[in-house]
Amino acid sequence: MPDLIEITDVRHAYKTPAGPLPVLDGLTLSVPEGAFAAVVGPSGCGKSTLTRLVAGLMRPDAGEVRLHGSPVTSPRSTVGMAFQNPVLLEWRSILDNVILPLEIVAPRMPRRDRVARAMELLDLVGLAGFENKRPSELSGGMRQRASLCRAIVHRPEVLILDEPFGALDNFTREDLWQTMRDLRRQEPFTAILITHDLRESVFLGDQVVVLSGRPARTQYVLDVDLPADREIDILYQPKAGEMLHLLRDQIRIAQGRGPAQEAA
Amino acid sequence: MLRQIGVPVLALLVFCLAWEALVQVNGWPNYVMASPSDLPAAYARFWDLFLLGAWQTLWRTVAGLVLAVIGGMILGMIMGFSRVANDALYPLLVGFNAIPKATLVPVLALLFIGQHDFNTVLMAFLISFFPIAVSVGIGLSTLEPEYRDILRALGASRMAIFRKIALPKTLPEFFGALKVAVTLAFIGTNLVEIVSPHGKGLGALFLSGQTNSNYPLMFAVLIALAVLGILLYYGVVWLERIFAGWAVRPAG
Ligand SMILES: Nc1ncnc2c1ncn2[C@@H]1O[C@H](COP(=O)(O)OP(=O)(O)O)[C@@H](O)[C@H]1O
Ligand SMILES: [Mg+2]
Repeated sequence: MPDLIEITDVRHAYKTPAGPLPVLDGLTLSVPEGAFAAVVGPSGCGKSTLTRLVAGLMRPDAGEVRLHGSPVTSPRSTVGMAFQNPVLLEWRSILDNVILPLEIVAPRMPRRDRVARAMELLDLVGLAGFENKRPSELSGGMRQRASLCRAIVHRPEVLILDEPFGALDNFTREDLWQTMRDLRRQEPFTAILITHDLRESVFLGDQVVVLSGRPARTQYVLDVDLPADREIDILYQPKAGEMLHLLRDQIRIAQGRGPAQEAA
Repeated sequence: MLRQIGVPVLALLVFCLAWEALVQVNGWPNYVMASPSDLPAAYARFWDLFLLGAWQTLWRTVAGLVLAVIGGMILGMIMGFSRVANDALYPLLVGFNAIPKATLVPVLALLFIGQHDFNTVLMAFLISFFPIAVSVGIGLSTLEPEYRDILRALGASRMAIFRKIALPKTLPEFFGALKVAVTLAFIGTNLVEIVSPHGKGLGALFLSGQTNSNYPLMFAVLIALAVLGILLYYGVVWLERIFAGWAVRPAG
């Protein structure tokens, strides 16, 4: 039985005026059904490129991306995406923003059912009562919550998150980690989360994948051996501390600087 | 509400009084400058012609504008979605837009002899499609990729992405351009009406005032044109409120 997401030895280069720019080279990553993979790596190493390949928005030059064992060749409706920029549509209410994917994926679904589904999620993320507001009336954190609801409203198998909490302040970010954890209990998605926050990767991830600098390959995979129901406190316990330390060193290596001791 | 209507009306009254005073103080005769007090008589005498002319000017302007919206949108979409088309069309459009439209009146008149309505509508179209094409083109080409991706990642068609995201997102720019275009279309219509012999519309009425040295009539036409122009402009503002009201930030 293959894992739900299987990325095997993927290579990809962008064509630029200055010639091809290799971005991914030998990236391998496998996420079992229901698991949460956090991907960290130096800035500009190709993390967003990876998400676009998994979403089927682009095809790799070589290697394979498989969902449920079948190669991804084009976008499919069983995927949900959220980005650092919540990209909510200003002319729609929060409710209608969340409903948007259903209009594409389930055009025949009655409006009543769409609203019920959207409201269920908005309630879960703490946005009940804000459904009729415009995005501009909400704070950054609330907008990102709405964006998460939109990403999962159509019950995608695969949820792709490209630094969705990257632009938030620390406390708001931690609130959203907890929201994300709560969503996982209710919704059966398998997730890839791109992040540059190691604490985030340890708090949310079942595994943390460290990518090397550009062109990115899989440099290190950490299994996060912590209980499934985590509280923020867990990050201050020795076990998490060790993992963070280890990841920190891996990032240094990815940046081409070597482990901390040697750098000092 | 009182302020929205009261202030402009008051401003108009002040303007008319100042105008009247200017004419009286200088003792200008009618053929130098008519005064507001001359106008009611002109309107009363030619009322039917005013109604007819206003209607002709109005429908031809609107017809030209509607064509400009359709043509400008299509051009804008082509330029917005294709870099090559954009690079090819942009200099052409800029060049065309730079041509003083008055020079086109005789060209059109020769091309489509006697088809006065058609010529006028065509001119209104030609003079006004440019800002619409440019704004739609820029709006579409500057759409952030993430906006497209939220639907594209679900396998949505290009048409669905255009309808649900690209089009509504460019509406504020579109209406900004439409406000410019409506004024231009109006100028285009009047240009043809005034320049062509045996024309129609308020422009022709202006011309007949000139031919008969009826100065109050000429001024009355100018005022009527201003009123019609204001109506058209606020018509667009009204449409903007309905379709792109979300882009207006609530005051305070
Ligand atoms: N469409 C593109 N064309 C050319 N180069 C690109 C394109 N998209 C991204 N890049 C380049 O590829 C590299 C990786 O980009 P990206 O995947 O966005 O990195 P990350 O998300 O890890 O910061 C960067 O150097 C970026 O400049
Ligand atoms: Mg990125």
